[in-house]
Amino acid sequence: MSLMRATSPHARAGDSTAKVMLQVAAATLPGVLALVIYFGIGVLINIALCSITALACEAAIVKLRQRPVAFYLKDCSAFVTALLLGIALPPYCPWWLPVIGASTAIVLAKHLYGGMGYNPFNPAMVGYVVLLISFPVDMTRWVGPAEIINGAPGIDEALSLVFGFGGYNVDGFTRATPLDIVRLNESVLLSQLYATEPVLDQGTVAGLGWEAANFGFLIGGLFLLFRRVITWHAPVAMLGTLTLMSLLFYDSGSSLSEGSPMLHLFSGATMLGAFFIITDPVSGATSNKGRLTFGAGVGLLVYIIRAWGSYPDAVAFAVLLMNFAAPTIDNYTLPRTYGHKSARRATDLEER
Amino acid sequence: MLDWFSEISTPLLILGGMALAFGALLGFAAVRFKVEGDPLVEQVDALLPQTQCGQCGYPGCRPYAEAIVHGEKINKCPPGGQSTINALANLLDVEPMPLDAEHGEEKETKMVAFIREAECIGCTKCIQACPVDAIVGAAKYMHTVISDECTGCDLCVEPCPVDCIEMVPLETPLQGWHPEKPPEGIELIASDRRQLSKRSAA
Amino acid sequence: MSSEQQQLRRESALERRAAREAQLIASDQKRQKARALRPNDFPGGVYPPENKHQSTGEPIGSIPLAEQLVVPLLQHTGSTAIPLVKLGETVLKGQKIAEADGLISCSLHAPTSGKVVAIEPAAVPHPSGLPADCITIDADGEDRWCELQPCEDFRRFTPVELLEKIRDCGISGMGGAGFPTAVKLDPHGGVEIDTLIINGTECEPYITADDMLMRERAEEIIAGVEIISYILDEPERVLIGIEDNKPEAIAAMRAAAEGTRFDIVVFPTKYPSGGEKQLIQILTGREVPNKGLPANVGIVCQNVGTARAVYRAVRFGEPLISRVTTVVGKALERQRNIEVPIGTPIKHILKAHGAHRGLMQKVIIGGPMMGYTIDDTSAPVIKTTNCLLVPTVEELPPAPPAQACIRCGFCAEACPASLLPQQLYWYARADDHEKLQAYNLFDCIECGCCSYVCPSSIPLVQYYRAAKGDIRTAEQEKEKADRARERFEFRKLRMERAEKEKQAKREARRKAAELARRQREESGGAEAEAAQKEADLVAAALARVKAKQASPEQQLARAQRSLTSAEGRVERLQQKLEAAEEKQRDQLAAQLKAAELKLQEARQKLAEAERQAETAAEAGRESTPGQDDPQARAQSAIEKAKAAAAARAAMSPAEKLAGEIDALKARVEKARARLEKACSAGDANVEAFEKALQNLQQKLEAKLREQKQAGEEKQ
Ligand code: SF4
Ligand code: SF4
Ligand code: SF4
Ligand code: SF4
Repeated sequence: MSLMRATSPHARAGDSTAKVMLQVAAATLPGVLALVIYFGIGVLINIALCSITALACEAAIVKLRQRPVAFYLKDCSAFVTALLLGIALPPYCPWWLPVIGASTAIVLAKHLYGGMGYNPFNPAMVGYVVLLISFPVDMTRWVGPAEIINGAPGIDEALSLVFGFGGYNVDGFTRATPLDIVRLNESVLLSQLYATEPVLDQGTVAGLGWEAANFGFLIGGLFLLFRRVITWHAPVAMLGTLTLMSLLFYDSGSSLSEGSPMLHLFSGATMLGAFFIITDPVSGATSNKGRLTFGAGVGLLVYIIRAWGSYPDAVAFAVLLMNFAAPTIDNYTLPRTYGHKSARRATDLEER
Repeated sequence: MLDWFSEISTPLLILGGMALAFGALLGFAAVRFKVEGDPLVEQVDALLPQTQCGQCGYPGCRPYAEAIVHGEKINKCPPGGQSTINALANLLDVEPMPLDAEHGEEKETKMVAFIREAECIGCTKCIQACPVDAIVGAAKYMHTVISDECTGCDLCVEPCPVDCIEMVPLETPLQGWHPEKPPEGIELIASDRRQLSKRSAA
Repeated sequence: MSSEQQQLRRESALERRAAREAQLIASDQKRQKARALRPNDFPGGVYPPENKHQSTGEPIGSIPLAEQLVVPLLQHTGSTAIPLVKLGETVLKGQKIAEADGLISCSLHAPTSGKVVAIEPAAVPHPSGLPADCITIDADGEDRWCELQPCEDFRRFTPVELLEKIRDCGISGMGGAGFPTAVKLDPHGGVEIDTLIINGTECEPYITADDMLMRERAEEIIAGVEIISYILDEPERVLIGIEDNKPEAIAAMRAAAEGTRFDIVVFPTKYPSGGEKQLIQILTGREVPNKGLPANVGIVCQNVGTARAVYRAVRFGEPLISRVTTVVGKALERQRNIEVPIGTPIKHILKAHGAHRGLMQKVIIGGPMMGYTIDDTSAPVIKTTNCLLVPTVEELPPAPPAQACIRCGFCAEACPASLLPQQLYWYARADDHEKLQAYNLFDCIECGCCSYVCPSSIPLVQYYRAAKGDIRTAEQEKEKADRARERFEFRKLRMERAEKEKQAKREARRKAAELARRQREESGGAEAEAAQKEADLVAAALARVKAKQASPEQQLARAQRSLTSAEGRVERLQQKLEAAEEKQRDQLAAQLKAAELKLQEARQKLAEAERQAETAAEAGRESTPGQDDPQARAQSAIEKAKAAAAARAAMSPAEKLAGEIDALKARVEKARARLEKACSAGDANVEAFEKALQNLQQKLEAKLREQKQAGEEKQ
């Protein structure tokens, strides 16, 4: 009889990385659903393209690095990255955008840095930003909500748009996003703008479709919070800062206003970013205090870029910029350990 | 004429003033923050294992430290082994090299000298040999090793006329035991994995 | 209205007011107390399945005595105890068999009567699996007690006497690490203890030893708490903390504590609320300072089992020789708590509980969160063994392979010490000791919460344990190296000084000789001249001794000759001195002095020549004379060793062996020569030399055999 030697603890909570990832994936469902309802099946095509590319890239790289492929694919992290990227890309974009984006995310942003757990930047956002900078035109063409463009593209239309046959042009479907509208407006009062622009007019606060999608992601985020997959710190800090900033520069709805808080909260990729992107633990800050700082930083940057930058939405840039700052934030936001009078800094010992 | 003069003199004055100020500052710093002794020797010495065995060819660790600072190779200390070499390489910012086998091999286990006391004739020869005074005893009386102070340098074994000193492995008491770091598993890079599979096959 | 009536009324009014005030004060105190007793929460923690019902179905039982009991000498935190008994000695139950070694140590007692059959390393319950010294007792089955000293009223003794009693009874903490109780209860350098905490938390899953103890022996525990509280000079508050998942135990303890000032505090179940630091935080809101002890914040913490042991020690004089242990796990037929003598082999217990060999995958000492596995079930139960957990594979499956850390932060949320386990893991893997300390590695209580929740199933705690051990070892080595450096430098200094002194002496001698010569030249006495000649002869002889070409034997002979002559001269001079006239006396005295000095020198030279002759004989070749400088000698030894090492390194194993044999042969020869010399000289050490020669010969033979074997193997 040989007895096993093992170190404590001998019991485990039974969570696995795959389970965590799948919960994240499940939590995107309401938002994706809203996107499908309002913008058609384009987002699904994106997700599918991204996922296939990402999994293929992951498998290839893992194979190249001589590690067990199945073991790594099973952790589902590549799938979640692809999912988030697919959601962020404009629907009905040409097929090579998701493919390039997903492969950049997996190969460049993840595996070149050492794979899962080592990437300093959020892979999905790296993929997104690479595309945004390389193909700004394709990346900023968002289709309008179905009701405004008289019905979203059907399956055949969608496929021909994506794969570029049949002579359809996506321009026939695209409309300015609410954020674009508000940012470019310099002449009329916000209330007039809301009355004249169909997207805003038919929506309640932040534009038809957009508000629903954001609401969906909010619900998904709350689910994650409830499941304790994420903590409240980063989302609350980001949304709080964003609200505060938009209140400060609301300018009571004048023509120079940068938009109401509700517009900022429920338009663009705000909720997706708050609950799914900045809560990415690998590239974010570590401690709860750090997460608060990180989230607040993202919120601030999002508003600054939205209001005064030249890109319509800013979550990706804001997240990447804050990823740069994460190690520094970590250094200054160590929690106070039991039995210590005050928190330490990680570099304290070295500086002494 | 005057213009020309002032054009030249102003920068000259400024630069000269700056030079003076910095010179004074540097001079002050040199006096104020003067470092006593040769700090590098201290640093090197601090990394050496202090076994004082002389295997490096110097009569003790400090002389070797001085030699290193004066350009001696850093791979001559078998008791310190590869880890000491690496630390030295790190400190001196040179490439780490493998241990020079000419000076001996790195021992796996720590050893201490043990005198079989019944056989000791009290000749004091080992006392003279021990570099750290780890042996106590007097002429014609039994000697013994203070094992806490013994560095395991081996120098006392040879001089003993009755061959009653032996090197025994240092026991780890239960209190001093600690678990090993878990083996590196899945996250290994390719070359390591091959090694690992070889090791597990053996 | 009479004044009397008025008086009465006033008095009654005063009384009423006083009563009301008293009531107010009392209720206020109650409120305050309630506020003070409201348990706090601590950060983090996990809720593993409790699994406590399996072992609480039966009352505390017992099993037949094992045939052999093994008592490890180290069952506590601190230094190993020193055995007091000899092999073959008969011991009685409760007799002291090992004495505490120093303050932080614990004495041991025979758990039953019988004969000591072994004092040697044996399997002990320890995560290392290393054997350690144990006293093995063959039970005679009679279980005869030695004489005990009961005591009806502990208050007749001073706290110091009681502490002595506790120390004598070998009581150490029975919940965790086994810190000697007497040390913990000693007044700590003037700090005032205002709170005594009795730990009945038992937060680990599966373990119910304290639970059952509280249910069945509540009176004994409370009595023990009384004693401890008395020893600590009646601290202001005595809190008994119990988790709310033990209603029976709480009821029993409440009943037993009725009429005492002890407070039973019940708080929600959460792992690891039973950790000393966490319990202190729950009950008092205070935190034990980093690197400090609970006593630093005025708290002493004791386990309920320890309290009971203290009671039994003081009341009945019983040493700590048995304890209640939970025996649990699905691989057993019967799961319950038993009271077993310390030293009972674990396999004996497992057998008595129907351990199913096929189902047994591991034996865990302690609970699933912090317990460790053993692979030799002949290890005994010791003072800290609170649980034997024998789970099946389904019950506690082995950990899946570790994945990469996804930095999800679950671990940081679960950590009761508010550490960042993911960062610690990172740096532990990189062996970055500095960063580990910056991230407060040493505040980790190794509770296992982080590993428990980690979705990547990384064995985090093992990393921390290893890193802590590495850091400690490195520190110790550093300390030792520093000491060695100091001692080395000191020795160098000492030798330099000795060298200087010698030089000074030589100088003085030279001067004295000079003086004498000058005096002699002045006086020109015939005798003095003769003496001078002789002295010159000595000097010449010495010079010859110094000369390199002389063989050691010659040197020795010469030195001996010069010594005899110098001795003769001194004698003659002395005689002359006695016979000489008054005025010559001073001169002669000076001469005598010089001659005596010469004599001394000659003696020294002789000794040295002898030594050289010896070394020369050893080496079997010409000696290198003039080696009175030890440093030079060390240098040459070093050179030799270096050359040997270099030669060794270049050789194949067979060559190495051959080399070793040659070296041994040379040494044998040396030893033989030494022996012969010693024999002829009638040395007292002849026997020792003989033995050494034999030893060397044996070694040589062994090596030769080895060589032969190796040769055979090759063919
Ligand atoms: S070889 Fe021996 S003496 Fe030389 S540095 Fe190493 S330990 Fe010191
Ligand atoms: S006792 Fe022997 S082995 Fe130990 S330090 Fe001294 S000489 Fe070296
Ligand atoms: S719980 Fe595990 S995977 Fe998550 S951060 Fe901690 S160590 Fe990493
Ligand atoms: S084992 Fe250490 S790091 Fe992990 S949860 Fe417990 S105290 Fe925190």
